[in-house]
Parts: sequence; C-alpha cells; structure tokens
Amino acid sequence: MAGKVLTITSGKGGVGKSTTTANLALGLALLGKKVVAIDLDIGLRNLDMILGLENRIVYDVVNVVEKACKIKQALIKDKRTDNLYLIAAAQTRDKSAVKPEQVIELTDELKKEFDFILLDSPAGIEGGFRNAMLPADEVIIVTTPEISAVRDADRVIGILEANNKKEMSLIINRVNPTLVKKGDMMSKDDVLQVLSIPLIGVVPEDENIVSYTNIGEPSILHPNSQSGKAYKNIVQRILGKDVPFMEIVEKKGLFEKIISFFKE
Amino acid sequence: MLLDFFRKKRKSSAEQAKERLQIILAHERVSNKAPFLDDLRKDLIKVIAKYVEIDPDQIDVKLQKDNAIEILEINIPINK
Repeated sequence: MAGKVLTITSGKGGVGKSTTTANLALGLALLGKKVVAIDLDIGLRNLDMILGLENRIVYDVVNVVEKACKIKQALIKDKRTDNLYLIAAAQTRDKSAVKPEQVIELTDELKKEFDFILLDSPAGIEGGFRNAMLPADEVIIVTTPEISAVRDADRVIGILEANNKKEMSLIINRVNPTLVKKGDMMSKDDVLQVLSIPLIGVVPEDENIVSYTNIGEPSILHPNSQSGKAYKNIVQRILGKDVPFMEIVEKKGLFEKIISFFKE
Repeated sequence: MLLDFFRKKRKSSAEQAKERLQIILAHERVSNKAPFLDDLRKDLIKVIAKYVEIDPDQIDVKLQKDNAIEILEINIPINK
C-alpha cells in the first residue's frame, strides 16, 4: 500500500484548517479508507479537541520523531471508526522541535499502513509550515472569502509553486450567501478569479460548527448540517469522483421570507 | 441624499475587495518570485550613485514575464 499525504494549510490563521482536517479525515475513514491525521501545529494542539479525542493522548508527534515512543503508541484510535487515527501535537514544545526530514520519515513509514495521511499545518509561512509542506503529495489550501485571508492564501500558493508543489486545490470556507447576495462578501467565483487554482470545495458558514466543536463531533457526522454536506462532497472529490458543487443558498425563516418578499 | 438614491449605485464592497486584491497580488507575486529584487535595487543605487547624482525614490525595478522570457526592467532617472 502506498498512502497519500494530504496537507491542509492556509496563509492566515483562524480560517478553519483544523475543522477541515477533522471533517475530511473522518469522512474518508467513514468511507472505509484507513486514515491518520497528524496535528503539526506544535504548541497549539487543537485537532484532538475537534475530534473529541483529547482525553486519550499519551504520546504526541514530538515523542514520535524523537523516538521516545513507537509510532504505534502515539496513534490514538477514533471512538467512532476503526479506520481513523490521530497523532496529536505536542503542547509543551515549539515548532522547532520537529524538522521536515523527521516528518517525511514519519509519513513514509505511515504510508505503508494507511491510505491517507492528513497533515494539519500551522498557519503562515514560518518553520512549521515547511514541516507540513515538504512531505505533501497534495496540498489543500483553506481560505475564507475575506480580503486578508485571500491575500495570505496567495502568498502560500506562491511559496508552494516555488517549491514545485503543483498538486494544489482550494477550499473556500465560511461562505455566507446572504452577504454574497448583498455584495458584501466575495463570491466563490470572485475568489477563484483572484487565486486561480483548482477548487475542491465551498463550505457555507455554519453556526452549528461551534457547538459541534464544543462536543467533539465534526459536522460530517451530522447529516443535516450544511457544512457537513459540503465536506462529504469534498471527500468524494478527493477520492476522484466528479461531484457537482452544491449551490449555497440562504436559509430563511418564514418571518425573514415575508420581509424579503416586501423588500424585493 | 434623495438624488444619491437615483444615481448609479456605488461598487459593492465585494467588488472593491476583489479589485484591491487583484492589484496588490499582481504586485506581490512579482516580488515574491524574485526576492532578490530589493537587494539588487539597493546595490544599483550604491554603484550608480558613485558616478551620478540620483534620487533613490525614482528608481523602479520590475520583473516582467513575457511568454517564455522574463524581462528585468530597471528605470533610473538621472538628475541633471
């Protein structure tokens, strides 16, 4: 078996990288793929909480690369599926604790066992970013439709190109259809025109994400959630299926519908 | 105010965001690709200032891509 290393990254922080990583990892695992998600945001561990696995951490990724434990000991099995494992970030160390060669060595080893290795990258372009970028077979860049996030995404794309990482795709996260309609938020097409790399997903803004994260259940587990559906589609596209992009429409209550009827 | 209402609508903020991004990114992409440009500019100023009087602010260094070839364009206005 030769697994694929997928790196999830962004220029700006707070655009939803870890949430994306958690959903894609779980989505792939629920479809029978063997998946390991590695949190490389060392010093700021988060992926464990989003997946609801924070209580199970004994060893972390720094322990593994420093060979203080075996890889197997650091693999935390997901509660919901036997196909998903997590390697947590170290919390007491900083990003210099891991070197790109060490991550490559680790992913090479994991490729023998897993179909997908998802690397949750820290934001920005400093040292930690190289750790997540260099081992990647494919890079997924997450941005929101905000001017600062798009600008920073462009910078990351430039650096990836300079490093000959050609397999890139884009997720536009937290698209708010009401704001897009009003002309107060860039649309999917606006962002694509600016960044011009292949689109792999558009995720609507979903106020439920906060509560899903609170309870450690990614939205892909919630069949009615809009963002969960979007993540499911992205999982299909990662697996090479041609899935149409869903239209992101406003969800209105009856009252709002009546008001907007009179407005228009 | 009432007149404003009938006048042509102002550009939406999303349109403005897109335009601003297109302009700034066009600029940044060039300097990201050739990070040496800034140093080159400084060195050129040093060398040329040895012989003629120049205004450092007027120097413009650009790297353009024209199909297969890249053109390094340096503009140095010389004071009389």
